Amino acid sequence: MKPRTLFEKVWDRHVIDQEEGKPATLYIDLHLVHEVTSPQAFEGLRLNGRKVRRPDLTVATMDHNVPTTNRNLPITDETSAKQMNTLAKNCKEFGIRLYDLDDPGQGIVHVIGPELGLTLPGKTIVCGDSHTSTHGAFGALAFGIGTSEVEHVLATQCLQQLKPQTMEVHVKGTLSPGVTAKDVILAIISEIGTDGATGTVIEYTGEAIRNMSMEERMTVCNMSIEAGARAGMVAPDETTFRYLENRTFVPKGEAFEQAKQLWRQLQTDEGASYDKRVVLDASNIAPQVTWGTSPGMGSAVTDRVPDPDSFQSDAERKSARRALEYMGLKPGTPMSEIPVDRVFIGSCTNSRLEDLRMAAQVVKHRKVAPGVRAMVVPGSQEVKKQAEAEGLHEIFLHAGFEWRESGCSMCLAMNDDVLSEGERCASTSNRNFEGRQGRGGRTHLVSPMMAAAAAVHGHFVDIRNWTFKD
Amino acid sequence: MEAFTQHTGKIVPLDRANVDTDQIIPKQFLKRVERTGFGQYLFYNWRFDTQGNPDPDFELNQEKYADGSILLSGANFGCGSSREHAPWALLDYGFRVVIAPSFADIFYNNCFKNGILPIRLPEETVNTLFQRVAQEITHTLTVDLEANKMEDHNGFSAEFKVEPYRRYCLLNGLDDIAVTLQKADKISSYEKNLPSYYQVQEKQNL
Repeated sequence: MKPRTLFEKVWDRHVIDQEEGKPATLYIDLHLVHEVTSPQAFEGLRLNGRKVRRPDLTVATMDHNVPTTNRNLPITDETSAKQMNTLAKNCKEFGIRLYDLDDPGQGIVHVIGPELGLTLPGKTIVCGDSHTSTHGAFGALAFGIGTSEVEHVLATQCLQQLKPQTMEVHVKGTLSPGVTAKDVILAIISEIGTDGATGTVIEYTGEAIRNMSMEERMTVCNMSIEAGARAGMVAPDETTFRYLENRTFVPKGEAFEQAKQLWRQLQTDEGASYDKRVVLDASNIAPQVTWGTSPGMGSAVTDRVPDPDSFQSDAERKSARRALEYMGLKPGTPMSEIPVDRVFIGSCTNSRLEDLRMAAQVVKHRKVAPGVRAMVVPGSQEVKKQAEAEGLHEIFLHAGFEWRESGCSMCLAMNDDVLSEGERCASTSNRNFEGRQGRGGRTHLVSPMMAAAAAVHGHFVDIRNWTFKD
Repeated sequence: MEAFTQHTGKIVPLDRANVDTDQIIPKQFLKRVERTGFGQYLFYNWRFDTQGNPDPDFELNQEKYADGSILLSGANFGCGSSREHAPWALLDYGFRVVIAPSFADIFYNNCFKNGILPIRLPEETVNTLFQRVAQEITHTLTVDLEANKMEDHNGFSAEFKVEPYRRYCLLNGLDDIAVTLQKADKISSYEKNLPSYYQVQEKQNL
């Protein structure tokens, strides 16, 4: 048999029909649903008299819109409340398991999937959210879809999909202390561009990826979409299996052993080829800070804000000029001299327990700089509970951070967590688009440790030189 | 979905790369539970100032581009979030065609589900069009999906390609859910081999 990549193995396993010259009919093992991209899909089912084919393979939660404070009070934003009530009603009508606002399992959809053990190697997973690529860290094929496709999956448990190409992103060597998964993915996007992986599914390989924990791999796969990829994947290994064991929806005992045998086959065969390949050296990657309004506009914290004239193409020069104007930055400014007003630690990219541990380590026995407002928004109620059991919340609160309830929060600012015009934020989220965190708000994407350090100093600093206080 | 065969309309140039879905439809407008009514919020933060007054410099607000239905833009159009609200907003505003050197995958796919034709053209051709629009040589285009061709009334023409199945669906306004539902037997037979631990019950006690 022809050697195949990890992606091809998962893809082939799920093609239930393939006619010449047409897209494949791909079976979907897990459909995650949230309040923002689903109401029109459920309405479509009702209008056409269709039902949900597999409610038992569908799981819903509320995350995009939810308040991250005062959850005991009624929701003040009426339109948000309506959207959440609509999801609750739809789940009830169609028999779908919902992790509601008051459920201990509630959280960002891409945090709770892995946490509950719903995300498993070899599964096909979709959600009406582009960061569904997160789940590929387990060797699943996971990608974001629009609302019409949400309706399609609800009705048929399948999608019509053209087969994407494949791309290997190989990260060799080891990372320096203080350089994290977030820096790796930001460096990759800066290297290949925000459309560098368009039309492909990325497989991340190499020593640096192998040495990462599952949470770190999730951070890398999460931002595959920012490089234009449909999905990102990492082949499952012992690290994956250790993470999965004993989680709610993971098979137990003998069934787990049998599942592992199958999952171990999910490796790219020797001799299999990718359509594209790029190699990075982990030892060359420094802590990253973005300076522009696209995730590819990033540089090392030791660099300076670039001169738009230094870019090669006219389109790039124009984009850079526009970005610097929006960001209120001058070319040549050292990245470490950029002051911040706000710090946001959260989002499906960086709100897991390890992220919070790393940030807490930095702020321990320190204070948030005067004039800076900083907040931590755990990715799920479970993350919050575990962090509190370890006393992380006390470290943050003592330093002057706000400690919130779980949700997407200021990553996309659909709830009340919003930047004001001109405010500058060090953010562990995934998008620095104009207005993403609030109209006129200026976002710099960084790792949790870099965000924590920026909170303490009021500007960016090179975390590699940090003195940790125990 | 409305079928798309041929469309003639005015071009609106938006000469920027990486136009993301947060710009196409900012998040504060994603709370509606309907598919309609998003056109008024299209490019909201670019179209209107913080008081809600139109910015006269923004292309959509210029008299000469009023009633445009063909959007011309830079590379990687529609990057970012999967929100289908982006094509809904474009369609509701009146756009039926978007032309760019490249598109982000999810946005591209979402267009076809809503009767919008996204057309990839080589960067040089897109630049030629931008120039012709700026010099007021080209005002309108006729886009013919049956012939895979577009032209203006002043000597410009270009061919384009769309994947055959997507083209077929668009030409016929096809409901592809109905197509998949016809494969129910194959789906059922595949489902016999699904591991039982994939299943999540509505009222499962955890």
